[in-house]
Amino acid sequence: MTQMMDRPTATPEPIGPMLTAVASATNVTMVHAINRALHDAMAADERVLVFGEDVARLGGVFRVTEGLAETFGEKRCFDTPLAESALIGVAVGLALRGFVPVPEIQFDGFSYLAFDQIVSHLAKYHMRTHGEIEMPVTVRVPSFGGIGAVEHHSESTETYWVHTAGLKVVVPSTPADAYWLLRHAISSRDPVIYLEPKRRYWARGDIDTDTPGLPIGRAAVRRNGDHVTVITYGGLVQTALRAAETAAAEYDWDLEVIDLRSLSPLDFDTIAASVRKTGRVVVLHEGPRTLGFGAELAARIQEQLFYELEAPVLRATGFDTPYPPARLEKIWLPGPDRLLDYVEKVLDVG
Amino acid sequence: MPTNSQPNVVGQTVPAVDLAPISLIGPDGLPTAEDRYNRELPEETLAWLYEMMVVTRDLDAEFINLQRQGELALVASCRGQEAAQIGSAACLRESDWLFPQYREVGVFLVRGIPPANIAAAWRGRWHGGLEFTRKHCAPIAIPIGTHGLHAVGAAMAAQLRGEDSVTVAYLGDGATSQGDSHEALNLASVFAVPCVFFVQNNHWAISTPVSRQLAGPSIAHRAMGYGMPGIRVDGNDPLACYVVTAEAAERARAGGGPTLIEAITYRMGAHTTSDDPTRYRSQAEVEHWAALDPIPRYRTYLRHIGVWNERLDERVRTRSARMRTELRGALVGAPDVAVTDMFDTTYADITPDLVEQRQQLLNELAKEG
Repeated sequence: MTQMMDRPTATPEPIGPMLTAVASATNVTMVHAINRALHDAMAADERVLVFGEDVARLGGVFRVTEGLAETFGEKRCFDTPLAESALIGVAVGLALRGFVPVPEIQFDGFSYLAFDQIVSHLAKYHMRTHGEIEMPVTVRVPSFGGIGAVEHHSESTETYWVHTAGLKVVVPSTPADAYWLLRHAISSRDPVIYLEPKRRYWARGDIDTDTPGLPIGRAAVRRNGDHVTVITYGGLVQTALRAAETAAAEYDWDLEVIDLRSLSPLDFDTIAASVRKTGRVVVLHEGPRTLGFGAELAARIQEQLFYELEAPVLRATGFDTPYPPARLEKIWLPGPDRLLDYVEKVLDVG
Repeated sequence: MPTNSQPNVVGQTVPAVDLAPISLIGPDGLPTAEDRYNRELPEETLAWLYEMMVVTRDLDAEFINLQRQGELALVASCRGQEAAQIGSAACLRESDWLFPQYREVGVFLVRGIPPANIAAAWRGRWHGGLEFTRKHCAPIAIPIGTHGLHAVGAAMAAQLRGEDSVTVAYLGDGATSQGDSHEALNLASVFAVPCVFFVQNNHWAISTPVSRQLAGPSIAHRAMGYGMPGIRVDGNDPLACYVVTAEAAERARAGGGPTLIEAITYRMGAHTTSDDPTRYRSQAEVEHWAALDPIPRYRTYLRHIGVWNERLDERVRTRSARMRTELRGALVGAPDVAVTDMFDTTYADITPDLVEQRQQLLNELAKEG
């Protein structure tokens, strides 16, 4: 109730030209889709605030927040001092007083500077206040590798957040999902870590802003297949789909590709249905193998589906090294070849 | 000491910080010559400050007793810091949000938080205490200094809505060494938010003296670098803490931005009931500060101006005794919080995994009978 009473009553800024555009858009980039979602969320709810480093005047280093300050004013979209811990700490205070903050952490590797505020406060405030205070905060983090970046700009941070009770964690793989996962995240009463796969920023697709997409907590089967289930998310969904076409054409292997979309909560029902069909699973993610998200998936699958399995669950992942220099990233990252090596291994069993 | 010649974001030329703390009541309990602040508060306010200081000390002692008797796991005593806590909190409005650390028993009591709800954190009933936010007070914050940013965010919220409320962040000398304190002070000043940083410099961060926290002339001096006023105040003088905080709060309400107040006080007790301060500080130092104890000193002052009398004394004793009894009754008899609450409050909208885990625990408990 506190939150309702604290709801600001000020009239929102006039709605800009972006929002008078047609409801759906075809062939738009993921950057455009996220930008559109931020515009629409800010127009729909005057409590929504966007802030971070270089998000207002510049429109973000990837231009994801372009036009927001112009459309909604510098009170609702503003640049902050360069201080990641402050971004999240201030978001906690704003949420405590009824706002819906959407801070941007400019790059994955800088989220570690905000780690304590995310883990000790953002994630725990609802419980610490015995449910009195909600934290409807969406933390946007341009994430993962594959774009030839310098150090600290290619990190896979998802398992830190998934391991933290109180957070929800989502990773879109298409412009349409980017749009709706962000709208759902901003509407969520709980804090959501929204990891944007930078290498898919310029991939194009259609978005339908009228029909709500799948909610947080639901996975999507991107390709139906009978032989092996490939479970992945974010930038590697496209990699898996390409590998699946190669596998079908060259080896006659029929891969099912699951795009998790939501790492926490996890849609295990979709995974289970697929595993019951194929009996063979390869998990694909960029982050290092040890205690990566694949470890959790492998554990759960063997706990709950042991007798459905025809082979051990294998993991095609990055290596247990720090993310490598850009010239080495192509051979470090799991690509179609590494994935298909593991697919072959699970097919060889039994 | 030169002044900052450049005006800050709200056009103020920030004055040089004075090393000599503001003091309205001298160590002898008599009025000082300080004439920049109005010390003429209503008689009932003066008496109420005394009442709150005594009740705070007595309840603090009761918390320690309860810890010794095994009813509380740990207690962080505020003994010696009553003037700083009561004075700074008493001058505020109920709509102002407070962001305390964990030693602010006086602040919690001024806010009307029942002592048993404070002790809920120390008994292990619930993290952060119970029902603090209903009183516009953030829950107990254990990681040092990180909550200053929450105060700044809440102050930004007040600013965005055009409210005239302020927030107060309670920090300690140790907290000012944390990076988050720097980020909070800097951001508060850049956005000129209505936030008052009230630092209780109690000289010790567990065993680390304030000389290990900073090399500059004082904590308050840091304010100059942030472009905000910095004020040192005698933290054992409730009137000085009251008027200095009131002035900072009024400036913040009027759009004048944040202030950094350093209240010079002393942690008379141990860091917590698990600490042994004889390992790191001298008896001579403890005795020096015992002579500056804020409560007898303020009593002398009230006597001097004719406000203290036997009736007031009786009233304070009665209230204190009643609150101690109520605390014991409410605390010792209180049932544990329902085990399902930890699952039900992790998220506002519970996840399927937690529904399952909640059921698992209930099944385990049912088996145990």
